[in-house]
Amino acid sequence: MSIIELIFGPQHPALHEPEMFRFHVDGEKVIEAIPRIGYVHRGIEKLFEQKTHVQNIYLSERICGICNVAHTLTYVNVIERAGDIDVPPRAKYLRVIVAELNRLHSHMLLLGAVAELMGFTTLFMLIWRDREKIMDLVELITGNRVISAYNTIGGVRRDIDSDKADKIRKVLLKVEEEWKEYKKTWMEDPTITRRTMGVGILKPRDALKYCVVGPVLRGSGVKSDVRKDDPYEVYGDIPFNVVTYDTCDSWARYMVRVDEILESINIILYALDNLPQGEIRRPLVRRLPEAEAFAKTEAPRGELVYHLYSKGGFKPYRLKVRTPTFANILGATIMFKGERIADIPVILGSIDPCFACEDRHTIVDLRSGKSFMLSSREITRKFSRGSKP
Amino acid sequence: MSSFLGKIIRWSLRRSPWILHFNSGSCNACDIEILAALTPRFDVERFGIKIKASPRHADILVVTGPVTKQQEPRLKRIYEQMPEPKYVIAVGTCTTWGSVFHGSYSTLDGVYKAIPVDVYVPGCPPRPEAIILGFAKLFEKIERGED
Repeated sequence: MSIIELIFGPQHPALHEPEMFRFHVDGEKVIEAIPRIGYVHRGIEKLFEQKTHVQNIYLSERICGICNVAHTLTYVNVIERAGDIDVPPRAKYLRVIVAELNRLHSHMLLLGAVAELMGFTTLFMLIWRDREKIMDLVELITGNRVISAYNTIGGVRRDIDSDKADKIRKVLLKVEEEWKEYKKTWMEDPTITRRTMGVGILKPRDALKYCVVGPVLRGSGVKSDVRKDDPYEVYGDIPFNVVTYDTCDSWARYMVRVDEILESINIILYALDNLPQGEIRRPLVRRLPEAEAFAKTEAPRGELVYHLYSKGGFKPYRLKVRTPTFANILGATIMFKGERIADIPVILGSIDPCFACEDRHTIVDLRSGKSFMLSSREITRKFSRGSKP
Repeated sequence: MSSFLGKIIRWSLRRSPWILHFNSGSCNACDIEILAALTPRFDVERFGIKIKASPRHADILVVTGPVTKQQEPRLKRIYEQMPEPKYVIAVGTCTTWGSVFHGSYSTLDGVYKAIPVDVYVPGCPPRPEAIILGFAKLFEKIERGED
């Protein structure tokens, strides 16, 4: 049988984000997957250079609406390192609480959406119903459901009192109970296990070779978590486990997230119990000295890196962002090989793709001054042959 | 279109408007709020609203995002593929004027520059209640018989 090219996207029912995959298929079998990214390119890195450091908090938050807290957290970290700004301990604990709530809602969102992709709509509705409890908590602390602008340079914007802390504790204990039930479903229900077990294998060697990050790497049995390896804020003081599964398939990657939800709940409960007293932010610093700084955090999807170069003044000279999905998409092309067409959405869902995050890079040909965007595969092809880009 | 036929179309649209969700380069915040509006807490399916995968099945196009230059031709193509009568709801502040992405080299700063819009739902992101209000406003518009 001849090889057929199957085009998946950019507007398609599986995910609510535009991207395109070009699959070379032989009958039902996928031979090669070629991602074409760039539909969500909004020129954010260039916009960073036109705005002030304070305005950029709000821009960095809108790189990705799902992991927005992770983005502001990394951004304020990089500014605080460049300006040598010290953050009060209470603010550090509050940042951890909100970052973990963000991880909870992001993982629940993915696990629900994937249940729908597998045709298990009941589970999707149940998970999203329970996710609203987390959204309520985020609203209680920050004032908005999704994008909240909670982190700011030198601290956080709002404080919590004992009433709020009690409410958070009460809701989280209930959510924990529910997730123990959901975990049973994810481990035992044949609707899930037969669709995900043994599908989309990524061996630990390949995972390291293609530099995947976050739950995808941990699903391949590699113990790597920025919160443990290079603690930021107060993660060094909080006891938690790094979840790994070593079956290397889609199921392992989903189970890492299920277990991380339970770990995150424990982190928040610990942080609430050990919340120090004191102020929540320092006076705002608007001007930075000439400095270069680097910050990384564990976003819900993996390692998120910001690299700032400041020449002094109110605006950055250059701010580079490297998001987890950009690292994971190359790993996904390996997972697709040899799988069936029907398994494509399940495998794609297992890397928790967030295309809003990754579509920021452009390649500029200095000779002609023309800028154009390339998919990662085109980059490999063009540059490995040593031809001109 | 005769007025009698128009009445029937308006009546059927009012009872079961099927939507197509299109992300024209948004940050996902509006998209997850649209999805949240479909789930049990808010449940827009009680109005007969259902997400469809193909533009040929849809009556209402729900657009999010500031429309990137990559997505502009795709947005126009999808709008053209939808059968008449068709309506557009633009969700989020960046669909109105670009919001934080205003002035970027790669966005259009507003859905209205690509396709005509019937209802704007501002907010960054708008709450699911606001999105439902946007639908209610559109239904009023349909019942009044405006295009």
